[in-house]
Amino acid sequence: MSLREVVYCGVCSYPPEYCEFTGKLKRCKVWLKENHPERYTQLYGADDADADEDNDVTAVGKKLGESSIGEERENKLEKDLLKLQTKQENREQRELAKKLSSKVIIKREARTKRKFIVAISGLEVFEIDMKKLAKTFASKFATGCSVSKNIEKKEEVVIQGDVLEDVEAYIHSLLKEKGMENVKVETIDTKKKKKPTTETK
Amino acid sequence: MFKKFTRDDIHSRSNVKSSIQRTLKTKLVNQYPKLEPVIDELIPKKSQVEVIKCEDKIQLYAVNGEVLFFQQFDELIPSLRLVHKFPEAYPIVQVDRGAIKFVLSGANIMCPGLTSPGAGLPDAPGFEKDSVVIIKAENKDSALAIGRLLMSTEDIKSINKGHGVELIHHLGDPLWNFTIE
Repeated sequence: MSLREVVYCGVCSYPPEYCEFTGKLKRCKVWLKENHPERYTQLYGADDADADEDNDVTAVGKKLGESSIGEERENKLEKDLLKLQTKQENREQRELAKKLSSKVIIKREARTKRKFIVAISGLEVFEIDMKKLAKTFASKFATGCSVSKNIEKKEEVVIQGDVLEDVEAYIHSLLKEKGMENVKVETIDTKKKKKPTTETK
Repeated sequence: MFKKFTRDDIHSRSNVKSSIQRTLKTKLVNQYPKLEPVIDELIPKKSQVEVIKCEDKIQLYAVNGEVLFFQQFDELIPSLRLVHKFPEAYPIVQVDRGAIKFVLSGANIMCPGLTSPGAGLPDAPGFEKDSVVIIKAENKDSALAIGRLLMSTEDIKSINKGHGVELIHHLGDPLWNFTIE
């Protein structure tokens, strides 16, 4: 007797046989096919090239559930699942659109004399853990770094010190890792306005 | 129990003393005798068990960063990941296909979902009221939830109305998604 190794779906984190209930079935299937082909054939049958895109759920339902709950209820369940799936897909599309349309703002502000802080906002959309990021920045630049709320009541990462360029480069690489290369990163530098005033003095 | 559970609900994290770890292991085996052959594999002797104390006196026990079981009062309840690893050791009830959807969103299980043709309850004498059961579904291998019986299985069969199982932990709830970093 020993422990069983369990495969969990990389998309929805459920055991693969429950993927049909998450509304992400299409992506789950692709993942499973790539990563665990033998499990895929076991669950969805060897060849589903003929399965219509829209009929995915029904086909799976038939294969998986030689069910006992009666045809009427089974049909209703399938309908509900299909609805759920379209809902989920729409939501994902919306989220993606939101991600693409939003941008990251890196702002440098003068504090006193030659001291600056750099504030990064707009990260929350990209599922980046702000607290963790603050910690990495703190150790990377050896400065103080924290997460705080700005005037618009949104969370931002505030770094003590003049590290605008480094931060920009780091954020770019971070977004690239997430496959979001097209996201706009805007830098605002308030130093330029300040400089003339100091010079005239 | 874990309907609303976030990181903010964690009060403290600490390592468990090895002596307490031993008693914990015996307690687990006492509760689920069939776990005995694999208990050393689950919690190796050298491993460090971590206890995470949360809101409402819930305690999570983790080994190697994975929550294996939890308790609220005296009883130890396995987490679903542990159940998946070794499903044979626990009392099991089965629900029909129509119920899966609702169970996955955290609903309590109604008696008809446990008595219909696709479902399965153990033969008499069955399980007592208040015992912790694993819930699996028709045509599926893995468990999808863990619950507590609100009436004994015999009562469920005879009354066949109302809430049968109170859900404690199900696939996709915050505890399932919980990770320790």
